[in-house]
Amino acid sequence: MFIIRKKRDLTPVTKLFVVDAPLVAKKAQPGQFVIVRIAPSGERIPLTIADADAKAGTVTIVIQEVGKTSRQMGLLKEGDGILDFVGPLGRPAPLTDKGPVVLVGGGFGVAPIYPIAKALRAKGVKVISIIGARSQDLLILEAEMASVSDELLVATDDGTKGHKGFVTEVLKQLIDSGRDIELVIAIGPMVMMRAVGKTTEPYKLKTLVSVDPIMVDGTGMCGACRLTVGGKVKFACVDGPIFDAHQVDFDEANRRGKMYATEQKLAVDRFEKAHHSGPCACGCGGGH
Amino acid sequence: MPEHETTPAKRLPVKRPRAGMPTQDAKARGRNFNEVALGYGEELAVGEAERCLECKKPVCQEGCPVEVRIPEFLGKIRDRDFRGAYETVKSTNSLPAVCGRVCPQETQCEIKCVLGKKAEPVAIGRLERFVSDWAMGQSQDKPARIKPNGKKVAIVGSGPAGLTCAGDLAKKGYKVTIFEALHAPGGVLIYGIPEFRLPKQIVAEEVGNLEALGVEVICDVVVGRTITVDELFQQGYDALFLGTGAGLPMFMNIPGETLNGVYSANEFLTRTNLMKAYLFPEWDTPIKVGERVAVIGAGNVAMDSVRCAFRLGAKEAAIVYRRSEAEMPARHEELEHAKEEGIVFHTLTAPVRVLGNADGWVTGLECIKMELGEPDDSGRRRPIPIKGSEFTLNVDTVVMALGTSPNPLVSQTTPGLDVDKHGCLVVRDEDGLTTRDLVWAAGDAVTGAATVILAMGGGKKAATAIDKVLQGAK
Ligand SMILES: Cc1cc2nc3c(=O)[nH]c(=O)nc-3n(C[C@H](O)[C@H](O)[C@H](O)COP(=O)(O)OP(=O)(O)OC[C@H]3O[C@@H](n4cnc5c(N)ncnc54)[C@H](O)[C@@H]3O)c2cc1C
Ligand code: FES
Repeated sequence: MFIIRKKRDLTPVTKLFVVDAPLVAKKAQPGQFVIVRIAPSGERIPLTIADADAKAGTVTIVIQEVGKTSRQMGLLKEGDGILDFVGPLGRPAPLTDKGPVVLVGGGFGVAPIYPIAKALRAKGVKVISIIGARSQDLLILEAEMASVSDELLVATDDGTKGHKGFVTEVLKQLIDSGRDIELVIAIGPMVMMRAVGKTTEPYKLKTLVSVDPIMVDGTGMCGACRLTVGGKVKFACVDGPIFDAHQVDFDEANRRGKMYATEQKLAVDRFEKAHHSGPCACGCGGGH
Repeated sequence: MPEHETTPAKRLPVKRPRAGMPTQDAKARGRNFNEVALGYGEELAVGEAERCLECKKPVCQEGCPVEVRIPEFLGKIRDRDFRGAYETVKSTNSLPAVCGRVCPQETQCEIKCVLGKKAEPVAIGRLERFVSDWAMGQSQDKPARIKPNGKKVAIVGSGPAGLTCAGDLAKKGYKVTIFEALHAPGGVLIYGIPEFRLPKQIVAEEVGNLEALGVEVICDVVVGRTITVDELFQQGYDALFLGTGAGLPMFMNIPGETLNGVYSANEFLTRTNLMKAYLFPEWDTPIKVGERVAVIGAGNVAMDSVRCAFRLGAKEAAIVYRRSEAEMPARHEELEHAKEEGIVFHTLTAPVRVLGNADGWVTGLECIKMELGEPDDSGRRRPIPIKGSEFTLNVDTVVMALGTSPNPLVSQTTPGLDVDKHGCLVVRDEDGLTTRDLVWAAGDAVTGAATVILAMGGGKKAATAIDKVLQGAK
């Protein structure tokens, strides 16, 4: 059991957990992820590490409630345990010595961008961050990002905060303003990462993204996470999850990510039903 | 322990046909995950044991990689001393309930049985299973307290190699800790081999027996990621054993392999067995089976995959294999069971590409017919494509069961630990000493995908060698 030390609601559907996992905390590097399972009948899901404190022995993860497991996880409280918490998995983000680096975080993708910003800053690399969300109340970790960025730019789809529109527009303005940029790293929904790749490609600006395909083991054993990068099949859990945005076959990654859309909907519906009418039947132990 | 008795007058072996294995009805079992083979009862077992000729030179025993004293345990079954029979088996085979179910006896002990020359060999495997199942139903004696010898050994991987090595060392007084990457111990026994062939309860009991010996099992630790080999030594372990298996799936590198609906056998079986996808949505992990499934390959892994597909609800589940039935590497019994259950076989057929629709889902498998030519390096006749014989199998799921290779996570993060060109760990001697001092290895990680019993045999040898070296180092 891995105990939840702290929980913070970042938005109504985005929750941050600080989890006791000393071995993982000691090893975790920006860009890596963990595989989590919360119930004996539960599935294994990958979650990108949002921070790690080797001294305290804790690892921070952020979940967005989309599927059944993430919703069920959203109900966990401080002091509750997570059954399995394996990691750190995948290759760390390549931390260059040369800046400036532009970090783009969309939606809850801001969470995994944070440790990369922090590490780059610690190395003395200049960090320009662009974070975005649909609306101001869905924007997460703004203060944290400000504390580890030399410059922080914000975009919201509805204009409630910062630039009205997409992060890619802010990025394009930045590039067009003639600013010197060494590298772009973008993490967020697949459509956003693809758009960032499309934005930087004409400028031949090196751009990395962190893909999050369906996974089972997270150690290279099953191939569920395979995707095509530069015409070659890669296993995201061991070869990635960070890849060159200009090489990733996003169309394929996108449809592979939807392989279980029907099953996911069924599971969510069952879960919602169980949680809104009478006693809980989801195996989460009840009490909500 | 019974007193040593004088040898009774020579018993005459009973001539009767080999006792058939009671099984679940083929039609019903093809659609459920309950165990197929039900096991002998006491009468069948005693009757079968009576067929043994008690050869002066028990050649059957030579066929067993862990040298189970076969005539001795068969004799005890005849005398209805089932506990004694179990103890005989257990003294050299630490996982008899598993081996009795999954060993390829037809190429090991039973092929050597003298009876087999004229009639059918004694059903040694089924008897091994019988005594183990009998013992599981009895109250177990608490294992005698073992005096700790003050030394610590770390075992990486909890498959048959790791479990065997752990058990042997624990019995010698070592403090043994097993580190396992997955959330449950057992290796292939838990994630690969399906419930209907090896109930997971049996694996859990075997692991429980080890824990009763004082072995500590820590899951969710990926050595090479969570902790490295060097860090384990820093934590005070005196020696290490790597039983990390051969877990990397192979694909064919044909067009269409990343379409939705193409699985590696590892993924298909892990979802089904470890994650219990057949219980979705009560359990959370889903699987897509579709109406028509093609499984490529003809080893145990392929047979398990195709039979799982059928049980998961496929209307038709087929094996696609480029050679003929005679070359199929699967256990004979599994092949027979698969046929009885209605599995379709496309032999002398090789896939060329996977076909998909505009949404990226599998719609078919284009294949080509093969014929057998001259023997190749493996001694089997080489399959050669017949020009112009391409045809399409109408399927919506394709499972690739083409073999596996060892996972490089440990070797990549351990300086001085060498692998060969297949990714297998290099060992310096018969006992499995790797190119790093105080690090031993055995099982699929060294041999490439092989068998449960060979992995166990390797784990056993390594345990003996570790003990020798650590005791010498005192
Ligand atoms: C579907 C299937 C059916 C089979 N059927 C049969 C059969 O009928 N009869 C037979 O004799 N053989 C059969 N085999 C083969 C047999 O299962 C294997 O040869 C045997 O399990 C090998 O044992 P092992 O201990 O070497 O490795 P494994 O059983 O593969 O166990 C290795 C363990 O190590 C863990 N591990 C790997 N890397 C790490 C790491 N870095 N850190 C921590 N843990 C790690 C893995 O998670 C795994 O649990 C079958 C195999 C499969 C896949
Ligand atoms: S998640 Fe199984 S190989 Fe990547």
